[in-house]
Formats: sequence, structure tokens, C-alpha cells
Amino acid sequence: MADFFAMGGYATYVWVSYAVFFIVLALDAWAPRAQRKRVIAELRGRLKRRRAREEAPV
Amino acid sequence: MNTLVLWFHKLGSPPTFHRLAGALMPWFYGIAIALGVIGIYGGLVLAPRDYQQGDAYRIIFVHVPSAWMGMFAYFFMAANAFIALIWRIKLSEVMAMASAPAGATFTFITLVTGSLWGKPMWGTWWEWDARLTSELVLLFLYLGVIGLYHAIEDRRQAARAAGFLALIGTVNIPIVHFSVNWWNTLHQASTVRLLGPSKIDSSMLWPLLVMALATHLWFFGTLLARTRTGLLELDGGKDWVRALVLTDGTRAAPEATAITEQAHG
Repeated sequence: MADFFAMGGYATYVWVSYAVFFIVLALDAWAPRAQRKRVIAELRGRLKRRRAREEAPV
Repeated sequence: MNTLVLWFHKLGSPPTFHRLAGALMPWFYGIAIALGVIGIYGGLVLAPRDYQQGDAYRIIFVHVPSAWMGMFAYFFMAANAFIALIWRIKLSEVMAMASAPAGATFTFITLVTGSLWGKPMWGTWWEWDARLTSELVLLFLYLGVIGLYHAIEDRRQAARAAGFLALIGTVNIPIVHFSVNWWNTLHQASTVRLLGPSKIDSSMLWPLLVMALATHLWFFGTLLARTRTGLLELDGGKDWVRALVLTDGTRAAPEATAITEQAHG
């Protein structure tokens, strides 16, 4: 097992490469989710403001 | 209109695509992760050590699929930009812009893992080698497309300008691909070939191909996610978006239901 983690002496290079791969792709999946929430919140706010304006007494 | 054209039109309509993409997205992500686990197990555990590069070569299983995706995403982006510029199809505009961040992500991974592979094998993190330089240009092209898209206020005009830039940048794609044949420099030549036998043992080839499939599916997963959001932004004032915004499950706040009731009362 220790042999496996040692990667024949190249442990740092191999494991950092895999870590970069996973972390960057995780961000790649997270970013559109966060963006979607932001867009929906913004649209909802805009809609609410418009409703409030329309219903306000003239 | 025949049924095929009709079907195509319906699929291309934002609300239909938004719904369909939402249903398909988890499958793309799920299968990509499952294949990724298999591919990485095959690459790190089952595949033998390389007789020249030792275990350092195992970086190939994340480096090469990412590099292929960087190119594939560009091709996908340019094809959609072309369709968007010629036929003004809204969905293509959004999809072209949705593939840019995914392509930039994979190109970034390619550069970083390549650097981590180059240090022990070549003795340097970076060299102004033809392949490395053209790959860096690819990343800058992606960043340029993203930057231009966000610099222009009007969404449709922004997509057209950025799409145009994406099309011009296509000249870089053959340079990236053939650089290792045109200039004999540091980066090794391709080992996997579509035509003719690959110069790699099958015990190393299959994890590589499984990883390639996994990254393709992942790309389409994030593409659908970004396209859905892009459609919401573009169709912000339309009825289908309004209905979705007020009822959508992303923590539908109680005031959302209150507004719906007000609207009906």
C-alpha cells in the first residue's frame, strides 16, 4: 500500500496532478450551480419590484 | 414541415430545452463519475509501470483526456458560434458561450498537469515548446472569448462578438494538434491514433479511453448546466422564466408563493 502511494518516487507529481484534476473539475460543476442561483434570485427580485410598482397607489 | 424539422424546432425552443437538459444533466454527471472511478482505478492500480518513465507516466490518465477535451470543447464552441452567426439560433449562441468556461477548465488542467509531468521527465516546469505554447494560446483564446462576452452589455450582441472571436481562433486548433509533428521539440509525439495502431499497450490504453469518455460526459453535463442558466438570463422577461423563477425549487422562498397568490387574487 505504501508502495502504491510512493508512486516509484514520483508521488508529489502524480498525486498533485490528480488533485488538480479533481479540484478544478469540482469547481467546474459548482460554478454553474452558483451562477444559476444568482440569476434566479436576481430575476425574482426584479419581478417583485415590478409587482410592487404596479400595485403602488398612484 | 416534416416531423423531423418540427421536432428539431421544438427541441431548440428554450423552455423545452431547459426542461430536457435539467432531466439529462444528472445522468451525464453520474455516468461520468462512475466511468472516472473505473478509469482511474485502471490507470493507477491495474496498469503496469512504464519501462522508461516509471510511475510518473500515470499523469497521462488525467493529462491527455483533458487535452483532448480542451480541443473538443473548442471545436464544439466554434461549430455553435458558426451556426449562431449564420442562422441566428438563440440556443446555439448560448451553447457556444457555455462551452467556453468548460474548455478553459480542461485546458488549464492540461497545462498544470503537463507542467507537473515535465518537471521530473524533462527537468523543467515550462519550455517555450511549440505544443506548450500553442496550448497556452488556446487557454488565452478561451479567456478572450469569455472576457469579450462579459464586456458587452447586450447579451445577444455579446454572444455574436465573442462567437466571431471564437471562429477566428480556430486557426490555432490544427497548430496545437500537429505541433508535435511539425516541430521536433520537447513534447513527445502522440501515442494514441485513430488511424493505424496506437503506440501504447492495451493495459494502458483502456483506462485512457475510459477517462476520455468520462471527461466527454462531464463536459456535456456542465455544458447543459451552463446552457440552462444562459437561457434563463436571455429569456428573463418571458412567461416561462417568470413562472419558473416564482416556483422553482432552488429554496423557493415563502414570499414567492405569496406573490403567486397575489397575482391570482
